[in-house]
Amino acid sequence: MPELNLTSAPAHLRHGSSIGQPLTRRDGVLKVKGQATYAADNHPPGMLFAVMAVSSIAHGRVSSLDVAAAKRHPGVVDVMTPDHKPELAIDPEIKTNPFVFRMEVLQSNEVRYANQPIAVVIAETLEAATEGAVLLAPRYETLPPLVGLDAGKSYVPPVVGVGNPSEIHRGDVAAGLAAADKQIDATYETPAQYHNAMEPHAIVADWNGDHLQIDMPTQGLMLSLGRVAELFGLAPDKIHIRSPFLGGGFGSKGLMAGPPVLGIMAAKLVGRPVKLVLRREQMYGPVGHRAPTRQRLRIGADAEGRLTALDHHARTVSSTFDDFYEPAADASHTLYAAPAIRTSHDAVRVNTGTPLFMRAPGEATGSIALESAIDEMAWACGMDPLAFRLKNYAEVEPITGKPFSSKALRACYDQGAARFGWAKRTLQPRQMRDDAGLLVGWGMGTATFPALMFQAEARAAIRRDGTGAMEIGAHDMGQGAWTALAQIAADAVGLDIDRVTFKAGTSDLPDAGIAGGSAHTATAGAAIHSAGAAVIAKLADLATNDERSPLYGAGNTGVIARDGRLIRRDDEGRSESYTEILARAGIAEVEARGTGAPNPAAMEEYAMHAHGAVFAEVKVDPELGQIRVTRMVGAFAAGRIVNPHLVRSQLFGGMIWGMSFALHEEAITDRRTGRIMNADLGEYHIPVNADVPPLDVITVEEHDPHVNALGIKGVGEIGITGSAGAVANAVWHATGVRVRRFPIRIEELLTGR
Amino acid sequence: MKQFDYVRPATVTEAVAAAAQPGAVYLAAGTNLLDLMKGNVTRPDRLVDVTHLDGLDGIERLADGSLRIGALVSNADLAHDGEFVKAYPAVAEALLSGASAQLRNAATVGGNLLQRTRCAYFYDTASRCNKRAAGSGCDARDGENRSHAVLGWSDRCIATHPSDFCVPLLALDAIVEIEGKNGRREIALDELHRLPGNTPENESALEPGDLIVAVRLPPAARGFAAHARYLKVRERASYAFAIVSAAAALRIENGKIAEARLALGGVAAKPWRARAAEDVLKGVAPSADAFQEAAWRALTDAKPSGANAYKIELARRIVVRALTLAAAGTPARIPALPASPFASTSGAIHA
Repeated sequence: MPELNLTSAPAHLRHGSSIGQPLTRRDGVLKVKGQATYAADNHPPGMLFAVMAVSSIAHGRVSSLDVAAAKRHPGVVDVMTPDHKPELAIDPEIKTNPFVFRMEVLQSNEVRYANQPIAVVIAETLEAATEGAVLLAPRYETLPPLVGLDAGKSYVPPVVGVGNPSEIHRGDVAAGLAAADKQIDATYETPAQYHNAMEPHAIVADWNGDHLQIDMPTQGLMLSLGRVAELFGLAPDKIHIRSPFLGGGFGSKGLMAGPPVLGIMAAKLVGRPVKLVLRREQMYGPVGHRAPTRQRLRIGADAEGRLTALDHHARTVSSTFDDFYEPAADASHTLYAAPAIRTSHDAVRVNTGTPLFMRAPGEATGSIALESAIDEMAWACGMDPLAFRLKNYAEVEPITGKPFSSKALRACYDQGAARFGWAKRTLQPRQMRDDAGLLVGWGMGTATFPALMFQAEARAAIRRDGTGAMEIGAHDMGQGAWTALAQIAADAVGLDIDRVTFKAGTSDLPDAGIAGGSAHTATAGAAIHSAGAAVIAKLADLATNDERSPLYGAGNTGVIARDGRLIRRDDEGRSESYTEILARAGIAEVEARGTGAPNPAAMEEYAMHAHGAVFAEVKVDPELGQIRVTRMVGAFAAGRIVNPHLVRSQLFGGMIWGMSFALHEEAITDRRTGRIMNADLGEYHIPVNADVPPLDVITVEEHDPHVNALGIKGVGEIGITGSAGAVANAVWHATGVRVRRFPIRIEELLTGR
Repeated sequence: MKQFDYVRPATVTEAVAAAAQPGAVYLAAGTNLLDLMKGNVTRPDRLVDVTHLDGLDGIERLADGSLRIGALVSNADLAHDGEFVKAYPAVAEALLSGASAQLRNAATVGGNLLQRTRCAYFYDTASRCNKRAAGSGCDARDGENRSHAVLGWSDRCIATHPSDFCVPLLALDAIVEIEGKNGRREIALDELHRLPGNTPENESALEPGDLIVAVRLPPAARGFAAHARYLKVRERASYAFAIVSAAAALRIENGKIAEARLALGGVAAKPWRARAAEDVLKGVAPSADAFQEAAWRALTDAKPSGANAYKIELARRIVVRALTLAAAGTPARIPALPASPFASTSGAIHA
């Protein structure tokens, strides 16, 4: 029987038994007990420890390493350098596909950025390897580094983000601006930020002949496997990657970076298993970051407060040796109904590790600038920020003119504003005080993130004992995939969740696609849904074609799978259990595969996005300038909510990150050396618990028949967007000071009065 | 990391002898030292672990009304000692505003006094730093220095001392008891830390082997309990060092300030006592004008060492606020956000 691929809801599946339930994460107890095995928890027999030595210059070359001194240190086994390393099967500088980034794996003595790996010391203990790396005492020939958004001549990158055109326009922006009654021309800056997943990048690599066992956190098992296969000249079936749990990824563990490759090389060099774990400061270089931006927004509006033009230009940076461009201006494509829109990007090259996707890449950076500018325009028009947004509500996607597959943003605005009490906001800034005399400000922002889909495959089975199995190489980054996907799996095979064995997190399972773009639940979920439908169809065939079955002849009317039984659609009194069907057929189990993939026809016809509205309250000390976020309400419409409990957590996390974007996060780069001066969690500030206010998340009902079979849009990244701008706008409303450089610093509120 | 000897002396005398050797350092909680060692900022040959020494973890009230705090008392134990909080509320508030609960559980009184600067160029071993490597230069001077010193700095060093605890201690004339090769001596806390001058590597008055065994608050320190606050402006609500902080303590008699104490944190290589500001407050009624005048006096000698001129204005405002809060009276309980501008519900804020 051919495998089934179903892109719309098949008749014999019903959802709702497990999907929609607020289950706590199924791996929670393991994690609380410390029994969840993260990559670095693995210790195969004979394992050695590898420690990277990293460059302290940002540009130049390594002229010497004292390898002898390192090797003399007790416990040091070997030192891997450009002159002493296993050869790779291909040059790591070759980009074999667009999802390959150039990496430093000791292919030369060249230094392209600070914290670049320049050698690896392998030792019997972590302490010996660490000291060995210090004893290498590298010397350099230093060249002047390129640092900052004005480092050199700018250029227009061919594409931004993943294949987006760097410039797009619709309508006549110049004419729109010229015809405007009110104009805003404002420039905003956002800093470099680092993913800082709690779990550092880590690998345990273990070669057995030509077979390679890898423990490594990855957001893309098959992408990683493909890259390892080509770099080491291995057949994919000789590589096994385990990645059952990630302590966060946020985009930094999506693509194969240099350090894990160095771990595999080190293991090959010494012929023993090797563990390599990055130190926190080593994560500020070779594993990606969010590039800084400078964004200029020019907006026009007519006398009624209708937008006439929206021009959004973003300057960003890439590395001197590879290309990734934060698509910040693209945030202006979807939200506001300007008749003329232009978005454009340019870039300069700097001595940095190549920037990468970081939670809401482009959307987050672009959102804080766009939402600030919209707020400025609302004020210029004398309008309430929500009224202004509603006035410019996009009924179709402004940049394309396409209808939305679904868009419950108006309900988000309504429900969020009502919960927050927005109607009591003063129009004028610096008018609200609390009992203690603190300035109070209310701000809002619109959230949006595209509803993406990648490709995935899953395998489903139903066994004669009445249990089911679902297998997919999916990734739990902490977002709850173990739970949410198991819920989808349970409904897909018509069984209680506890009767379905759900396997994920290893590379020998069907490809789940990358856990990125907020698309993992939709993508892997669609594959699971299809595989379930396919296996139920096989089971149904067995029953409906067998005259001994009470379901005989029901093929045309169809059956429903529920609680381990197939039930005749038009007569619930006629049903048969999976066990009975398989036992009579003499079959141990039926299995089937299914795929999930985007629907090109639907994508052509519709614009697909999740939306939301975030409202924030801040208090600011009027003399001292210290800011405290005291309340946030976010209302989000993101299609079907598979697990409200986990979704709430995801949205909380995004909202906190948005607040962090507005007020805290910044990698401080020394402009002379290109070195990052706060590469640790003590000084790279993210909010601590005491900073996090009461958060309120509303998930707004939204049914989307077009995005995918399950109607899922994804919630992983949208929470940042809107939130960052809401907090920034609240600071303005509290103080009357518009800060356009993020994060907002105390000194700007002191001097800005 | 670098291999080192670890010794655990049985007595203070043994400890002093062990630590007097070149390359030796004391280890208490290690909340700062171990980070410095992991970063190769300091590479000692010998750690002398004092955490097992007897008699250094007590809090005792002496006959003359002084309070003697053993050097190994943890920050948390001290901050949660009921008697201590009542008598020296600003010190307790400062302790609770520092680090995190986990760090405070480990960190010791003696170690807090001797914590190193948080200047990024001191921690970054690829940078020049006169404090870390004498005579190598100062990359902070023209570097990313918005958080650096505005008082008492030199061209050789613009780093600040990060302690919260030391600021109210200094205001209250704390005394440091030291055991050294030549026996016991004591110095004023104000003399413990040194300004950088031409020798920023010499951070304190301690000699090799010197062990801080106790900190003493003199009898007069109790006189400020009714009007004492610590205020700290920082870039997040908790777990951040002060941009600028201030401890203000007033003894108010018959509506007038009989005596004022004022010290600043985050502004210099040592906790900074503002005696000129104290002098102008003596004998006057607490008022906004008087506090403004005190703030100007406190910062008279301040000058930016880089992109940090805002710290001078911020420090003035913090002084005014801290004095205002102190005059309003010590709250019955330490606020949930200790030393935070957001802790106040006293109505003392007027824009």
